[in-house]
Amino acid sequence: MPSKTLVTGLASLRNTWRGLTAMRTALTLLFLLALGAMPGALLPQRSLNAGKVDEYIAANGWWGRLLDRLQFFDVYASVWFSAIYLLLFVSLVGCLLPRAWEYFKQMRAKPVLTPRNLARMPHHATGSTARVPDEVVAYAARRLKGWRRVTGEESGGVRTVSAERGFLREAGNLLFHFSLLGLLIAFALGKMFSYEGQVIVQTDGGEFCNAGVYNYDWFRPGLRVDGTQLTPLCVKVDDFTATYLPNGQAEGFRADIGYQSGTDLDSDTWRPYPLEVNSPLRIAGDRVYLLGHGYTPLFTVTFPNGEVRSGATQWRPVNPITLASEGATKFDPPHLTDGEQRRRGQLAITGLLAPTAVFRGELLDSAFPAANNPAVAVDVYRGDLGIDSGLGQSIFSIDQKMVADGRLAKVARQNLRVGEELRLDDGTVVRFDGVRDWVSLQISHDPTQGWVLLSSVLIVVGLGMSLTIKRRRVWMRAAPGADGRTVIEVGGLARTDQAGYGEEFTELSRDLLVSKEDS
Amino acid sequence: MPVNATLTTYSDWTYGSAVAVYVLATGLYLCEMAFGRTEARDRELVTAGARIAGSGTSGTWTPGLVVQREWSRPERLGRMGVALTVLGLLLQAASLVLRGLATQRAPWGNMYEYGSLLTLAGVATWLVLVRKFPVRKLGGFVLIPVIILLFVGGTSLYTDAAPVQPALQSYWLVVHVSVISVSSGVLLVPGVASVLYLLKSNKRGRFAKLPDPDVLDRMAYRSTVFAFPLFTIGVICGAIWAEAAWGRFWGWDPKETAAFVSWVAYAAYLHARATAGWRGRRAAWINVVGFVVTVFNLFFINLVIAGLHSYAGVG
Repeated sequence: MPSKTLVTGLASLRNTWRGLTAMRTALTLLFLLALGAMPGALLPQRSLNAGKVDEYIAANGWWGRLLDRLQFFDVYASVWFSAIYLLLFVSLVGCLLPRAWEYFKQMRAKPVLTPRNLARMPHHATGSTARVPDEVVAYAARRLKGWRRVTGEESGGVRTVSAERGFLREAGNLLFHFSLLGLLIAFALGKMFSYEGQVIVQTDGGEFCNAGVYNYDWFRPGLRVDGTQLTPLCVKVDDFTATYLPNGQAEGFRADIGYQSGTDLDSDTWRPYPLEVNSPLRIAGDRVYLLGHGYTPLFTVTFPNGEVRSGATQWRPVNPITLASEGATKFDPPHLTDGEQRRRGQLAITGLLAPTAVFRGELLDSAFPAANNPAVAVDVYRGDLGIDSGLGQSIFSIDQKMVADGRLAKVARQNLRVGEELRLDDGTVVRFDGVRDWVSLQISHDPTQGWVLLSSVLIVVGLGMSLTIKRRRVWMRAAPGADGRTVIEVGGLARTDQAGYGEEFTELSRDLLVSKEDS
Repeated sequence: MPVNATLTTYSDWTYGSAVAVYVLATGLYLCEMAFGRTEARDRELVTAGARIAGSGTSGTWTPGLVVQREWSRPERLGRMGVALTVLGLLLQAASLVLRGLATQRAPWGNMYEYGSLLTLAGVATWLVLVRKFPVRKLGGFVLIPVIILLFVGGTSLYTDAAPVQPALQSYWLVVHVSVISVSSGVLLVPGVASVLYLLKSNKRGRFAKLPDPDVLDRMAYRSTVFAFPLFTIGVICGAIWAEAAWGRFWGWDPKETAAFVSWVAYAAYLHARATAGWRGRRAAWINVVGFVVTVFNLFFINLVIAGLHSYAGVG
């Protein structure tokens, strides 16, 4: 019977929903979330360092490959991590909606009636006074200012007061959880529409324009970013200053840049900005960061026919303290149109660059990160660099396969200080002219990070409210006694798991029992 | 920026003195624990005291009567221990202030200074709790880890006073690192309390000298409730700083991940504490998990795993 199937189906749906929104499920999911996030701290992650992941997989054989297939190197993009937080998200929504409704109803409800036996309450006090019950209740109303309260009457001239306070606790609680949802949504949207890219720019007025992905050395688009809608802006690096302590520790970096965006692009106006670490340039919704710096050795090559070519390719630091750097500066022989001939005469200058040179015998090393006394130890290769093959290759190294194949041969090896030169067997002269700084810049775009910040501020506000405000009740019953005095009974109950109500109750009950009019 | 060598030397001396004073205080606490009364007797006294201070059943309200009684010898030792702890705290604070003056920056720019600030927060929390809960003789359990941390910090992690690298030159260093280390320091105390709670509530009678499990539970909860929002603020400040320094507010750097994990663990603890069937031992276990992750985050991540946070002066 279809109707019965429908009923069973609905029942199981309802049970699933109830199970999912139960607190113990939420707790289990929270625990799973914590557990699932942990491998990201312990294992190398592709999003942070792809090279390390490859090393790890290579070093660990089948275990590494298994971890890779289970997405342990992309934890935060993995299916299982997404499943956990999506379930938690649903559980949170399912928990919050009824609670918000419940809270709305409670706000309109009156405080509960005074219980019969106040002596059973966790907090309790009694006393007697010469005032009549009406006076006592009127005084209580004044004393309980700011409490939601309701007065009542019982038989025999007995008057009661019920009062409750601390409703904002639940409001804070809801604010906290809804802000958490807001944060998750803003974060997810950010992952869709944000992008960041890095680029190396020479500091002699080198320019970078955010016109397309191809301008970047490295680019990470959000899921919905195709690279056609990048914010139009340009940056020009005019100068770079680095200061160091005597022990080589960096003290400060500053790149003096010019930038243009919006109408400045049309009028070609450059506005100056001192770009420093911790002080990014914020323009047109994007941010420009100074990430790092290094050196570009300047070489001049005089070919046998007298033609001169100069090369300025950035080398990359291999020692982050002394900035000893490696790289490859590549040259095409001039005026050779024939590809075959050209591929026999290409030059590559590779080796080590030391900004402050020290020589241990013939061995060059760097003693200090500043360019106080630059020198290079170069290997010069001649032959086919393999750059015409159509395959991309690193700008920092030569293709070792070409060397192994014998198509690229080492023709010289020498240490060069600034101004020194070396002569190859065919009469080509290579001169080392000095170094120039380069900086590595990052352009970041994240349209939702302001929302993330707003959500997190509200999270803290909600958290503070829900943890400091106590929801508590107090009841009072004033009954005419046999001796003409009025017997007052006060009871108190903290609705939440919060110690500290005792002190407030003691003070409150003292005031209610002994009003100033008594003394 | 020049570093004032005289002040640095004084800072090192006060640091050493603080450790020595803590060692003495630990000795006194342990004496109180060893020779003091067991918990059952304590409880009677506490409830008797509560009756005096609470509401009277007679017609008029009587103010609590404070009876001055003779301190027993173990009690006197414990009180001396507290006095010495205060002295040690002042010395340790002085050592941090002197270092800050010597280097002209916030004195928490490397692992040595960071550890000192963190333990300082732990000890201060402990002193506050001693005033509110009858747990004085547990001082040794708090001070022994503190002494170990300070010893490791002062020997193998010691870093000469120096300015910090450009990435750390930001006023967020003052805000983020201080809030994080203070909240982490405070969080060490509920961790210890929950461990003791589990010991005490597991085999009744076996740890007679430990305080009532209820006291330990409340102590753990109240210090967590204080530290959790602080820790949240610290993480948010870190995210704001990361946005300015590293180009993104959150990037799953190992330190960020571990902070996230411990945040989730403490959130779970607070939820468990408010859920029927999860109070007591289960909640305490969750708190211990949070404690373990916090300690792991403080030391293992900085010292072993390479990440953006590993410039703690140990590389």
